[in-house]
Amino acid sequence: MSFVTATNIFQSYGRRPILERVNLSVEEGEFVSIVGASGCGKSTFLRLLLAQETPTRGEIRIDGAEPAREPGLDRGVVFQRYSVFPHLSVLENVVAGESFRRPWGRFIGAEKRAARDRAMQVLARCGLEHMAAAYPAALSGGMQQRLAIGQALAAKPRILLLDEPFGALDPGTRLQMHDFLMDLRAETGMTVFMVTHDLEEGFKLGDRVLVFDKPRWDLTDPDIIGATITYDFDARDGGIPFQTIKEDTHVFRPN
Amino acid sequence: MRLINRHPGIVLRAALVALPFVALFIAYALGSQARLAVNPSDKLMPAPSKIAETAVRLLTEPDRRSEKILFWYDTWASLVRLTLGVGISAVLAVILGLLIGLLPYVRATLAGFVAVVSMIPPLAVLPILFIVFGLGELSKVVLIIVGILPFLIRDLSARVLEIPREMIVKAETLGASSWVIALRVALPQLMPRLIQAVRLSLGPAWLFLIAAEAIASEQGLGYRIFLVRRFLAMDVILTYVIWITLLAFVMDMILRGISRRFFPWTEASL
Ligand SMILES: Nc1ncnc2c1ncn2[C@@H]1O[C@H](COP(=O)(O)OP(=O)(O)OP(=O)(O)O)[C@@H](O)[C@H]1O
Ligand SMILES: [Mg+2]
Repeated sequence: MSFVTATNIFQSYGRRPILERVNLSVEEGEFVSIVGASGCGKSTFLRLLLAQETPTRGEIRIDGAEPAREPGLDRGVVFQRYSVFPHLSVLENVVAGESFRRPWGRFIGAEKRAARDRAMQVLARCGLEHMAAAYPAALSGGMQQRLAIGQALAAKPRILLLDEPFGALDPGTRLQMHDFLMDLRAETGMTVFMVTHDLEEGFKLGDRVLVFDKPRWDLTDPDIIGATITYDFDARDGGIPFQTIKEDTHVFRPN
Repeated sequence: MRLINRHPGIVLRAALVALPFVALFIAYALGSQARLAVNPSDKLMPAPSKIAETAVRLLTEPDRRSEKILFWYDTWASLVRLTLGVGISAVLAVILGLLIGLLPYVRATLAGFVAVVSMIPPLAVLPILFIVFGLGELSKVVLIIVGILPFLIRDLSARVLEIPREMIVKAETLGASSWVIALRVALPQLMPRLIQAVRLSLGPAWLFLIAAEAIASEQGLGYRIFLVRRFLAMDVILTYVIWITLLAFVMDMILRGISRRFFPWTEASL
């Protein structure tokens, strides 16, 4: 059984269908990139995965569990904006990843010190140690997104959802963020879904690239058809899978 | 250069800030002089020197009958009422604002009700307050609360609703309960906005305080002003008016200072 399964998802707002017949199964540890035209429903699908909304029809299960009815600890998320808390310092933002599940949302005493030490390690990993005491408003866009990812990972979710996390960053910072994310992923082996508008980024980071689009066009009223997954590319090995296997089988080897 | 791009230097700016105050003072002094020249016993526009004299007397000499310096006594009585009214309103508004902003059930129940109640002119219900709560301190504090609480609740609940959904969802994914979201996400972000809203409602709060004191009271700044009106004691009235203005201004400055001091994270982001 797959780790994440979406079966026959339909989602409409009012009478307008956005998604239809979306089926997907993802193995644990896979990195899934999601691309598609603007407004086709990528963020909507991510909200469904997050359980921020429930689909009109169909269900999404993680590890065979009952479909969730609201966001929870098993799903981590980083949005393009507003992903960190502006009123908490950088360090407190990471500590929040562990402490918000407590009855009062905070640690005290020895527990607090231990959590701060762990948070400092996360910050060191994100290259933000020197900014621990600053407020997010003082961070650059790239730093804020690194903080958001660090914070999400501090909560140890089972899947990580990213909605255009690097959309607002300049190309150089974007490349740094790719390295950062790939390293983190190699360390944690986390299952990741990432919406992006950058095809190259999708293929570079993803094991799979899903394309959302309308399967048919109704010429009289394009809005009555929702989008679904029209392509599901294997993006491992730089998007050219099986090349190693083919070479192995067709090339003569003396020994 | 366009007018919108011209800025005064430091010195000129200070002079411009002072200009309207000085102009008002000179206009008053000239007017007062002109009237006094015609009728030396004119009471409507006492000379600035006379006002200063009265002010010194009010601030330092105790009342013959009660042995108290009424000025400070009035100030204390009014400030207690104002602080109680505004403080209680602020606490209630934060609680109700959070409940309405965060919980759809409470919002469905109360949002419309608060919107309608906020349309009631507070002064129109003042007689009811006097009947229900008597002529004592309580009815004056309640008038301030009736006057500013609906505005504060509407403002603060709107501010809670303005918190980006992404941030609330983020807190949910970190395992936060509704209580923790209210306490650790919404409340801290609401505090600087509370101070803003309280600053805005201080004006109405003074208005309601003075109105209540004018109608039924034994002490208080508003009471004194309306009492001496009968003797046309403009020098006393003006001293009190200047003093009330000064108090309101200082309160506003203090609130702004608190906002800067305790919520440094708002500076860059808002
Ligand atoms: N809560 C909602 N109520 C009504 N319509 C909505 C709602 N959320 C999204 N939509 C509509 O659903 C469609 C898909 O939106 P969605 O945000 O999923 O697109 P997207 O693929 O993420 O686009 P983009 O690339 O621009 O972010 C849009 O046309 C949008 O107007
Ligand atoms: Mg989107």
